[in-house]
Amino acid sequence: MKPDTEPTIKIRPPKKWVPINFRELWQYHELLYFFTWRDVKIRYKQTALGFLWAIIQPLFMMVIFTLFFGNLAKIPSEGIPYPLFNFAALLPWTLFAEGLLRSTTSMVSNANIMTKVYFPRLIMPISGILSPLVDFAVAFVILLLMMAFFGFLPTIAIVLLPAFILLAVLTSLSVGLWLSALNVKYRDFQYTIPFLIQIWLFASPVVYPSSMLPEQFRLLYGLNPMAGVIEGFRWALLGTNPPEAMIMVSVGVVILLLVGGLFYFKRMEQYFADVV
Amino acid sequence: MSDDIAIRVRGLGKKYQIGGPQEKYLTIRDAISYSVKTPFRRLCYRGVDNLKREIWALNNVSFDVKKGEVVGIIGRNGAGKSTLLKILSRITTPTEGEVDIYGRVGALLEVGTGFHPELTGRENIFLTGSILGMRKQEIEEKFDEIIKFAEIEKFLDTPAKRYSSGMYVRLGFSVAAHLEPEILLVDEVLAVGDASFQKKCLGKLGDVASEGRTVLFVSHNMGAIKKLCTRALLIESGNLVEDGITSEVITHYLDQSGSISTNEDIDAIISKLPPDPTIRLENIEMYQEGIQVFQTVENGIPLEIVITYEVFERTHGMRVYFDLMDSDENLLFRSFHDEQSDTIPVMEKGRYKSRATIPADILGPINYEIRLRATIYNVRTCIPSPIRIPINVTQTGNYNKSYPGDTFRGKLGLCINWDTKKIL
Repeated sequence: MKPDTEPTIKIRPPKKWVPINFRELWQYHELLYFFTWRDVKIRYKQTALGFLWAIIQPLFMMVIFTLFFGNLAKIPSEGIPYPLFNFAALLPWTLFAEGLLRSTTSMVSNANIMTKVYFPRLIMPISGILSPLVDFAVAFVILLLMMAFFGFLPTIAIVLLPAFILLAVLTSLSVGLWLSALNVKYRDFQYTIPFLIQIWLFASPVVYPSSMLPEQFRLLYGLNPMAGVIEGFRWALLGTNPPEAMIMVSVGVVILLLVGGLFYFKRMEQYFADVV
Repeated sequence: MSDDIAIRVRGLGKKYQIGGPQEKYLTIRDAISYSVKTPFRRLCYRGVDNLKREIWALNNVSFDVKKGEVVGIIGRNGAGKSTLLKILSRITTPTEGEVDIYGRVGALLEVGTGFHPELTGRENIFLTGSILGMRKQEIEEKFDEIIKFAEIEKFLDTPAKRYSSGMYVRLGFSVAAHLEPEILLVDEVLAVGDASFQKKCLGKLGDVASEGRTVLFVSHNMGAIKKLCTRALLIESGNLVEDGITSEVITHYLDQSGSISTNEDIDAIISKLPPDPTIRLENIEMYQEGIQVFQTVENGIPLEIVITYEVFERTHGMRVYFDLMDSDENLLFRSFHDEQSDTIPVMEKGRYKSRATIPADILGPINYEIRLRATIYNVRTCIPSPIRIPINVTQTGNYNKSYPGDTFRGKLGLCINWDTKKIL
């Protein structure tokens, strides 16, 4: 070996721009799996109903929304029975909201691990958005049952469904990256999240169709990536109008947020153990 | 020749700000009010910038560690030892300087990192193992060894929250002990568990060291450092002040700090005492459940302090006593060997053994110092500068035991009698 062999690890003072080491992230994929597995396991331990909770929450919301927005306010649902119309939106919405909540608090709630062991910190918010996928899968079965009940057959567009799920997860991650890094320093963010999620819920087409908006605002509406995701879901499963350009805007926004979030997170990551 | 170097540290420094905007649990409101107030404060305290107090936890530290070397890092609490390990294990970043590491690093800064009380022993082994950097396959291969070493076979499928603190620690260490990195960083993990388990851990660490792996070992247990390490680094308020052969560095450290942690050290300090015409201390030992302990003690069982000494002449009012000090040098209590006698006793010429027992559930899970002295009542002090024995207490007692995560407040972990009845 030459005297100037490359070191395995180089430790240097913090830099402004830190490249994202995807290879290292991959090396730790088992840890990502274990963190996600832990979150899933712990969530329903010591609950009497266990996994039923994954269904109960969106189901109850659907009942309430159907009563108030469907029956009382008579909000149009593009010819689809309101419960189904609403539930198809609540699924990706819950996936997004749960993921955002968990990834934002992930760094702080795992502070004891972070200050004792090194691993790529990105693992934490990523595992935060992965564990709600299990709940999603359980609730998805209910959605399929509901579709059968109301006599709906999915269209060919269902092949695009995984892409919309991915978009929901990425939206959650991109916002989660920003907020989790900020939350390490400013705990205000974890108290803001429930509030933010509530507002965001009504800013997304969960209880109403985006077709209620004037045509010229639809593209603008796509700036809310969850609008694209939810309309995409309805289109893929229930055959509503395709979201077309709106989804493109959403994808663009998510990419911007995600890249920015990754770099911001990597920069702040260098101080996490000192500040948390 | 750098190909046999495992760790190269150059000009390493770590600055912490205290009192400035990097304070813990900063809220946005604080940040706003801080930035509003700051200009005014700057005007008021011109020149004296006490708003942002900076502390260099580590300052211009440089050293090399060769492959296969076992290096001990010693120094007082807060000297910067743990900061150094945290930088080397990449938990935190340095403010300046650089480190190059050649080889896979495993760090053991705490026992049972990532344990979750709701998960079973089996599940926790996988979780902790993977957090420490082991692959799933590696954990599966070593699984039997891990549970055997931890002695928890029967409780494998019991949630960890039902474990005793001893089982918790054993399992935590056992997983970590089966890590196989080329470079191992260990911080004070031996300060937990009971005496026999500590011995087992030391043995395991010894095995690791003898396998030719590079080890950096932070400890207050000088006996362990002496036994394991060939070389030691002494760190003092952030600076590396000595780097050399273990026994020499330890001697220097003990000389200046006056504290002791092994029997030999106690002997060495006693032998250096100026001779006294009335009394000669022979030995001080500490026992818990019949096992001799050094520095690390548990508060769930009584701690015996055994003092052997010789009295040269019949003396009225000869008193052997010790002070229990907290880490801020406050006197918590003073206890005399004859404090409960009805009259001032007379000590005949001869050799004596005084045994003081601090009952269980008195000490809190913090660090103390015992300062031992002897005096002749109303005449003079026989041991001018006290013998200082540091003790670090591990929580095994009843005080607040259902709330292990609760911050310990106060100086003593007394168990007061409480009785609560439902009255309506």
